[in-house]
Formats: sequence, C-alpha cells, structure tokens
Amino acid sequence: MLKDCCYINGIGSVSIQTSAFDMFKDYPVPLQRNNKPVHPSYKEIIPPAMLRRMAPGIKMGIFAALEALRDAEINEPDGIITGTGMGCLLDSEKFLEAMIENKEQHLTPTYFIHSPHNTVAAQIALYLQCKAYNMTYSHGVSSFEAALLDSWLQIQNQFANYILVGGVDESAPIFDALCVLGKTFKNPNDSIDFHNPISDISCRAEGANFFVLSSNKKQSSYARLTDISIYHNPEDDFQKMLDEILTRNQITRKEIDIVFLGYNADVLQQKYFDNYASLFSNTALAFYQHICGSFDTASAYGFRIAAEILRKQIYPQSIRYNDVCPKKIQNVLLINQANGYNHSLVLLQSC
Amino acid sequence: MTMLKEQLKQQIIEALNLVDVTTFDIQDDDPLFGDSLGLDSIDALELIVLLDKNYGIKLTDPQKGKEIFTSINTLADFVEKNKTK
Amino acid sequence: MQGVAVTGMGIITSIGLSVEENYQSLLQKKSGISEASILKTFHANHIKIGEIKLENAQLAEILGIPEDNNFTRTSLLGTFAALKALRHAGINKINDMRTGLISATSVAGMDITELYFKEYFHNPSIRKYINSHHTGDCTRKIADYLGIRGLVSTISTACSSSANAIMLGALLIKNKILDRVIVGGTDALSKFTINGFNSLMILSDSDNTPFDQNRKGLNLGEGAAYLILESWEQVKATHKKVLAIITGYGNANDAYHQTASSSTGEGAFLAIQKSLEKAQLSPEDIDYVHVHGTATVNNDLSEGKALLRIFSKVPPFSATKSYTGHTLAAAGAIQAVYSILSLQMNVTFPTLNFNTKIKEFDLTPSTDVVNTNITHVLSNAFGFGGNCCSLIFSKC
Repeated sequence: MLKDCCYINGIGSVSIQTSAFDMFKDYPVPLQRNNKPVHPSYKEIIPPAMLRRMAPGIKMGIFAALEALRDAEINEPDGIITGTGMGCLLDSEKFLEAMIENKEQHLTPTYFIHSPHNTVAAQIALYLQCKAYNMTYSHGVSSFEAALLDSWLQIQNQFANYILVGGVDESAPIFDALCVLGKTFKNPNDSIDFHNPISDISCRAEGANFFVLSSNKKQSSYARLTDISIYHNPEDDFQKMLDEILTRNQITRKEIDIVFLGYNADVLQQKYFDNYASLFSNTALAFYQHICGSFDTASAYGFRIAAEILRKQIYPQSIRYNDVCPKKIQNVLLINQANGYNHSLVLLQSC
Repeated sequence: MTMLKEQLKQQIIEALNLVDVTTFDIQDDDPLFGDSLGLDSIDALELIVLLDKNYGIKLTDPQKGKEIFTSINTLADFVEKNKTK
Repeated sequence: MQGVAVTGMGIITSIGLSVEENYQSLLQKKSGISEASILKTFHANHIKIGEIKLENAQLAEILGIPEDNNFTRTSLLGTFAALKALRHAGINKINDMRTGLISATSVAGMDITELYFKEYFHNPSIRKYINSHHTGDCTRKIADYLGIRGLVSTISTACSSSANAIMLGALLIKNKILDRVIVGGTDALSKFTINGFNSLMILSDSDNTPFDQNRKGLNLGEGAAYLILESWEQVKATHKKVLAIITGYGNANDAYHQTASSSTGEGAFLAIQKSLEKAQLSPEDIDYVHVHGTATVNNDLSEGKALLRIFSKVPPFSATKSYTGHTLAAAGAIQAVYSILSLQMNVTFPTLNFNTKIKEFDLTPSTDVVNTNITHVLSNAFGFGGNCCSLIFSKC
C-alpha cells in the first residue's frame, strides 16, 4: 500500500492568529463565533493588476503557497493541488446577488470568472507560470485530505518530485448567514465549549494552509506523510477503518503518540470524536479548531501543527485536549469527520 | 467634453477596482489597454457593460470595443455621439 | 495488464436518457439543442441550450426518491447516470469489494440556491436545500443513494472536472487503493452559468458551430455520465466484459489567463503529450480525437493549434458539443462514453453545423458517420483556470 516516500518540506499559512503567534510559547487569540483572518500585506507580492480582482481566498492562498515554497526553498512545484469546501464563495455570492438584483441584466464577468472552485489553484499557477499538474478537490471536510491523497499518488508514481498542496476556505456574508440558518455555524448567542459543548454548531473562520510535499527528505523536513484514508460513511465500522490504516503501517494503537481530533465545540459532532478518543484511552489527544476556527479545510491547520511538533519534538500546552503527555513524538494520527460522514485518517511520522 | 472625460475616468476606476489610481493618473490620450493601466479582455467586457448601464449604448461585438477603448479621447468621442441616456 | 478496465457506463444528456439513445442520436445527427423550456431565464429568447426535457419531480420519480427530498437537479442527473452505470456493469452488491466514487461538478446546488437565495430568510419550508448547495453534498447524494461507504470525493476544476475524475479513478485502481470506482460528473443548467457565460459574451444565439470560421460561441447544456472502472483482478475473477481500457491520461495548466486559452494552446498540448506518454503511444497511433470543441472563437483556435503541434497529420476529429451543448463539469465524462462507443462500434461521429474551415489552419472536423476501425481515441477537456485534461481510451 502506501510507502515511505513523502516528506513535508515547507509550510505557509494565513489564519485568524497573527503571523507572530508561536503555539509553543503563546496562547491563541480567543475564538469568537465569527472570526476573520489576520491578513498580511498582499501588495508587496501580488501586482495591482491581479490584486484588484482577487477575493480574500485567492489572496490568502497565494500568500500561503509562496510562504510554503520559500520555506521549502523551491521556486516552482511540479504540481499544485488544492482542497476547498465551498470554493470561491465571495465572488459567487457577488455574482449571484447582482444577477438577482439586476434581474439578469448588466452583469459584469469578473465575479463569475473567479467563481469556479479551482480558481485559487489556477491563480497560483498563473502567478508562478507553472504549467504542471493542477487539481482541486471540493468535498466538505475531507477536501484537504483528498488533495493530500492525490499529492501522495503523484509523488509515489513519480509523476512529480515537489507538490504544492493546500486547503483554503473563505467566508461570504449571505452564505454565512445561510449556514447559521442551515445549522452549520453558531449564531451570536451560542456558547463556545470544546469539551462539554451545549450548542450545536461551530465557530466560523477562514484560512489558507499550504505545504510542499516532496520525495526528497531534507535536514529541515518537518515530518513524513505516511498514509491517508478517507471513508464516506463507515457507520459503526470506524474502528475497523482505524485498525486498517494502523495494520497497513505495522503500528498498534498504543504506538500512536498523539491523536489530533477535529473537535469544534459542536455538541452534535462531539460524540463522533469521543468515539475515536475512546479507542485511545491512554494517548495524548490534541485539538486545533480553538486556534484556527472552523471551516471545511481547517484540518489543514491541524496538519500544520502536527508537522511542526514532529519536527520540534515538543508538545505544546496550547493544543492539549486531555492531560496525557506523550513519552515520545514519533507517530501522529489526525482524524476528522462531519456528521458521521467524510471520515479521514492521516498518519504523520517523524523523520 | 472635459466633464464627460473626467466622469469616464472615475467610472473606469470604480468599475475595474483600480486601487491607488486617481483620475489625475489617467491621461486623455494614453492607451487604456497594454502596459500603462494593465487592462485586459475581461476589463473590456466590464467597460461594455458600463457603456450600457450608464449611457444606454449597447455593443454586441466585443471586437469593436478595441477601437473605442483605445484611449479616454476615443471613448469620450464615441459616448458623446452614441449615448441615449 | 496495461491500463485500467472500464466495465460499465451510464449517461443522461439532451440527446438521450441512456447510452443507446445517445448513440442513436449521434448516428442520426439528432441534436439536443433547443430553446429553454424548463429553465426560466431572462435570456430565453436569445440563447439556445442543451436541455434535458424532464422536470426535477419527474427525475425524482424515476429514481424512486420521495417527494419531500432536497436533491438538486445536478444531483438528480448524477444519481440517474451513476445508477445506470452500475446496472450496466451488473453490480448488485456495491460494497462487496473496496468501491469508491469520484464525482465532479461545478454547478452543484446552484440551480436551487439561485431560486431561493433571498427567500431562505423568510421561508423555513425551503431551508432543507441550504446544505445541498455545495459540491460535496451533490456527490454525497449519489453515494448515499447507491449505498457507497468507502472512498468518496469530488473534483471541481470547471469544464475539465469529470475528465480529471476519470484520471484519478484510474490512478486509484492502479495503486490498489480501490478495487472498483465509479467516476464521472454532473452539471445542471442554471441561470448562474447562463448569465456568467453571457457576461463573457461567448454564448451563441443559434446552434453552436464548432471549428467553424463563423462560430459565435457556445450553447450551454446539462447532463451526467459515469464509468465503472475495475481492477484486472476483479475483471478476471468475475469474467466481466471490458468495454474499453483507459490507457492514457494527462493534466497540465495553460497558466495564461483565468478564462482564455493561450494562442499556442500550450496547456492543451502538454496535456495531450502527457496522455500519449502515459499510454506509450505515438501521435500516429491515435485513430480519432474527441475535441473539447466548444465553438468559442478562442477555444477552437487554441485547441486547433495544439492538435497541429502534436499531430503531423491530425486524425479525424469530432465535436459532440454540437449535439449536447457544453455540459461543463460533465463534459469530459460524456465524451468518455462517446469515445468508448466509437471503440466498440468502430465508428466516428459527425460534428453538426459545420460549414467553413477556420481560416488560420487547415482543419475540418468529421461531418458524417464513418465506419472505420478504431483502436485508440483521444478525448480532450479544458476548463477555466487553464485546467487541461486529456484521456486516451483503447480497445480491449
């Protein structure tokens, strides 16, 4: 099955925390019900002619992508793969609103041309003049993991040596309000509790997290991406699914040092994550959506944190969900899902 | 005509979201497309909608836009002759 | 064995509700382009579309979906075609082996969202559709209907989406991550896309004329198509009939402009080149090309240039969007079904409405049904954002 071939060599992010935030020392800015990213200055890196048309998601994506490439010390990847749950939501909303307000007349194309889900991947390719493989996955909370799986396949099959892979999601006012109505995001009166949630939806945020994956291991590599599993609807077989990925990699549950879970202060999701947690009774459990907020590709932020702690070999206080401390940091498992669907398991190992 | 040119410059800046550009930066006979303002074919389509919405001029062939949008001068000339609003 | 086996296919377009119906329409030059009757749009009088003349309620009834559902038109079309593909492949127990679904869409639930966008705030009874907006939900509806529990995902790269889904499916089988995968895509007509393409001034008010000097633009269409891909071990164990083999695939990016293709057709050229390398074929081995052929001034010129760069002698080629319209994310998979039909029946299909060659080069699409031996077919799908995907289907 999946073999030892894929290293995380670069990381870049735009999130609701400042760029100075250091999870090994600092506590994160407290989460609100609705959270905006701390945008860097984009005009230093994106020419005005491009910048003027870009919605936040594209700007965040390009910034995080460039940061990851710089971190990995490469100029041009041989593949660009993105995951996004809702795509370019703001421009879709603007075009839709204009279409409805103006009764389908006097419509201008700019918002429409940036509405396809692959716009971030395309704009990164345009910026870098990169004509290589380019793909976008858009499947709810496993969008980023699908992008990881594809990245892994490209490297494993020697179609590419360096893949730029990322997750990006942005918000839009009317769609966000609909998500509150549709019970995806919290309304202003809902409480925020990641351990004993009462209210049934999560805290809206946005962000972009990009990585350079490579077949080449470097001194500065963060971690090894060993395996990825995605299941649509395992129902009661989630334990079997977990055991499959572990057996495949000849690891037992006890040998997993830290399990990252996508706890998101949503009482309806709590039980699914608790079910997984119950399979790791003496294992360190970590969480991250209290730092980055919730959006479909928030798990990419968890992936970032996991990679950083594998390299640094320190388990920071700010991400500890339970009181168990790992004796070593070698095998990290990231688990996510939503409403019992789109389960993903990602195994990262030290290298 | 000077007022119309000034108005067109302002409308172009707004419609095309030309951040950091003022009406002083756009000379009447400067080429609108190409290096100076960096406008492209999508901007041409935006300007076609602008002509319809603000001046009641309908351009059905985007290729004709190339001549009309050469500069503020040519654009103002065209609007002056063809506006219905 | 080289390549990945295709063991089933299902399709729904404006030229037929089954593979057989589509095939007959192609042979009889029966176009699906008409005036809008189900879709209500301001532009109805000056556009033509490839509309499937079935209301959502009718589609739901055919599928046995209860009246109180939150399927969008895109997910109804997708479910319809995916179910047909499964039946065609004779699959009864969907989870008896590691089975996945890779679906593609660009419209997803926008066909419903655009109707109710403002109304949602005042009318609780329609809020069941809010969570049907996004691409993942469209795929989920198909997966749940078919009972798929394993690896499911959605690709969304505009008009190359379902071709990319087929490519990923082939990789998943080759790498033994799945034993069987349903791959393809679906898109319904919507005011959003009609107005979007209209704002780009690339919609034609008459039947589209691919690769014609006087082409005026595209007709939007709707549809869905899925293939069943299986591992060779499964094919041998079940003695399944193989319809065709996916031998080549390639994806590249034009990196030229968000919507327009480069004048040299670079992205297309690279994608075709990659697919040939994958298939270990030379250009001379290709017997027939299914072009993307949207009938826009830009695409056909760019694609034509790419073909001339690849082929010293361009093989017979057809643009079946002249029948179905441009079905966006579903286009690659719909063309895949037609490519496989070509291989099975040894036939090339006509391009409708062609009159005059594009003046920039000497390329004339096929305009008649031609019976000829076909071993390898190349099929192209190019999307916004410079996304280019080429697939090669070969005879078993």
